[in-house]
Amino acid sequence: MTRISRLFKEKGKDILSVYFSSGYPTVDSAPRIIKALSDAGVDMIEIGIPFSDPLADGPVIQRSNSIALKNGISQKLLFEQIKDIRKVTDIPLVLMGYINCAMQFGFENLCKKAVEIGIDGIILPDLPVDEYNAEYRPIVEKYGLDFIHLITPETSDERIRKIDEASSGFVYMVSSAGTTGAQNSFGQSKQDYFKRIKAMNLKNPTLVGFGVSNHETFRAAADNSCGAIVGSQFIKELDANPTIEDAVNSLIKKIKG
Amino acid sequence: MKNYEVSKDGYYGEFGGSYIPEILHKVVYDLQEQYEAIMNSKDFKEEFHALLKDYVGRPSPLYYASRLSEKYGCKIYLKREDLNHTGAHKINNSLGQILLAKRMGKTRIICETGAGQHGVATATACALMNLPCVVYMGATDVERQKPNVERMKMLGATVVPVQSGNKTLKDACNEAIRDWCCNPRDTFYIIGSTMGPHPYPEMVARMQSVISEEIKWQIKEKEGRDYPDYLMACIGGGSNAAGTIYHYKGDERVNIVLAEAGGLGVETGETAASLNIGTVGILHGSKMYVMQTEDGQIIEPYSISAGLDYPGVGPMHCQMFKDGRSKVLPITDQEALDAAFELTKLEGIIPALESAHALALLPRMKDKFKKDDVVVLTVSGRGDKDMQTYLKHIKN
Ligand SMILES: Cc1ncc(COP(=O)(O)O)c(C=O)c1O
Repeated sequence: MTRISRLFKEKGKDILSVYFSSGYPTVDSAPRIIKALSDAGVDMIEIGIPFSDPLADGPVIQRSNSIALKNGISQKLLFEQIKDIRKVTDIPLVLMGYINCAMQFGFENLCKKAVEIGIDGIILPDLPVDEYNAEYRPIVEKYGLDFIHLITPETSDERIRKIDEASSGFVYMVSSAGTTGAQNSFGQSKQDYFKRIKAMNLKNPTLVGFGVSNHETFRAAADNSCGAIVGSQFIKELDANPTIEDAVNSLIKKIKG
Repeated sequence: MKNYEVSKDGYYGEFGGSYIPEILHKVVYDLQEQYEAIMNSKDFKEEFHALLKDYVGRPSPLYYASRLSEKYGCKIYLKREDLNHTGAHKINNSLGQILLAKRMGKTRIICETGAGQHGVATATACALMNLPCVVYMGATDVERQKPNVERMKMLGATVVPVQSGNKTLKDACNEAIRDWCCNPRDTFYIIGSTMGPHPYPEMVARMQSVISEEIKWQIKEKEGRDYPDYLMACIGGGSNAAGTIYHYKGDERVNIVLAEAGGLGVETGETAASLNIGTVGILHGSKMYVMQTEDGQIIEPYSISAGLDYPGVGPMHCQMFKDGRSKVLPITDQEALDAAFELTKLEGIIPALESAHALALLPRMKDKFKKDDVVVLTVSGRGDKDMQTYLKHIKN
């Protein structure tokens, strides 16, 4: 059983997964951020691979991506920085990036590297499920990684079944039509959508992401799924706090309420 | 003989596809499923053709440029897209797409623009059809194409200056796509070139294919045969070039020579010559040649011409270039400026800076031309928007 599946099996609810952009705020922040998040009891971490043109991201993550690239981060450097990360933490680690960077690194190469380091899964928000099934899935399966696809309020039930079938680990439930970015509350229609998905009884557990920023949004998400993913709000905390550890504590306080 | 038709899943050989965030799947899929049926319907065709004729002023003339011909030792015809309403080929596409948008029940239009020609064309179509219009334009381009910004505003569009990246066309595309992700139900994204996820590259090419449809009968009238020896155009995302060659893609009697933006020269790195220096990658939903680093980061392009200042090229052109079906030459800023001044002096036509890149192919190809060769070169737009730049470079 993969680390991700074990987490969902053993804990199963109120799972908190945190995204950060590697290379931000400084080029070598990634190992320290992973350690701080893990020490603070976060359940899972999404290691962002910065891209120059992140289509699915709002202003906060656009900015952290762009600064990270100016700082000199690259896939090669990131993997070098985190090569011994399994000596530091045993929680699930997932790579999140864009298809073009994965393609230039070499998709198989990326999977191989991920397994070497002890990474558990991959999320590529601009790789649709059909392209994934046709070209990439056999490679992911060969390396035994989890691949997490996204579903959205615009995704039909039929397609959700297809995405669920092609995913492993969990399914990433995008909260709303939009890009990443903190929201203050999730209205009724979003909660109805979360409930509709819950009632579908997917093969994979789900986590809600995009817009989760505080206790209220975390609860609205976690009450109808297995938990939530926080990204932009953590980047904001990194900007607002003197140290990485302070940023992590401040985030946890906001989420736990 | 290959005809470069798009496959069902949106590929021209190895290029194309539909690499989009899941939130856009439904809206893009609906378009894939419906665009052909709508475009082939009698009602669409009638409305589109009536607008092209009476509103745009088509057919655009095929003008025999005698002084230019004399200078380059062949028969040069200019396809005058610059004479269209709003001043460029872009209006063909904007009108076609807005008719689609209406038939699909969309109530809000967004677009990206570089030179501002596509923005003006789309703002015009929106005024005509009474739909709200938001135009994303890089802040750098807002500066260098001011007259077009004023036109868009007068036409009632909201122009959003984009501050990310180099603040040019690529960044405007990113922002338009993000808007679309936020408003997938009511909004139609009118993409301005043969790029983006399937079906846009083919759909835009078809909207522009009126150019080569007209060339076919116009050249027959003038030369007694319905094909030229050379077709020439400039290539940014590839729409005027696609329109120019559409009916000749598979006709090997016709040489296709295209001009991409060399900027200060491909060797300087200050360039937008995506076909000549790009590698296969994925940008804005499509697999194509893109200018990028080894790590997959997109390299900010540079060109004097805002409309060609883009780090990729539409997928159909990528495959044609790869196969050697089209020849694509990088043209520097200086060559383009020289060609613009030359056309102005010899023929009394001030071309857009983009089109000037195509004109600069003539001196490059001069040695190959034979006296009886028939060259059709598309002047994609007029130079009004570029007067600021031309005045800066004018030689007394
Ligand atoms: C006059 C003109 N020509 C050419 C282009 C380049 O676009 P494409 O390659 O799609 O024709 C533009 C784009 O803005 C333009 O305004």
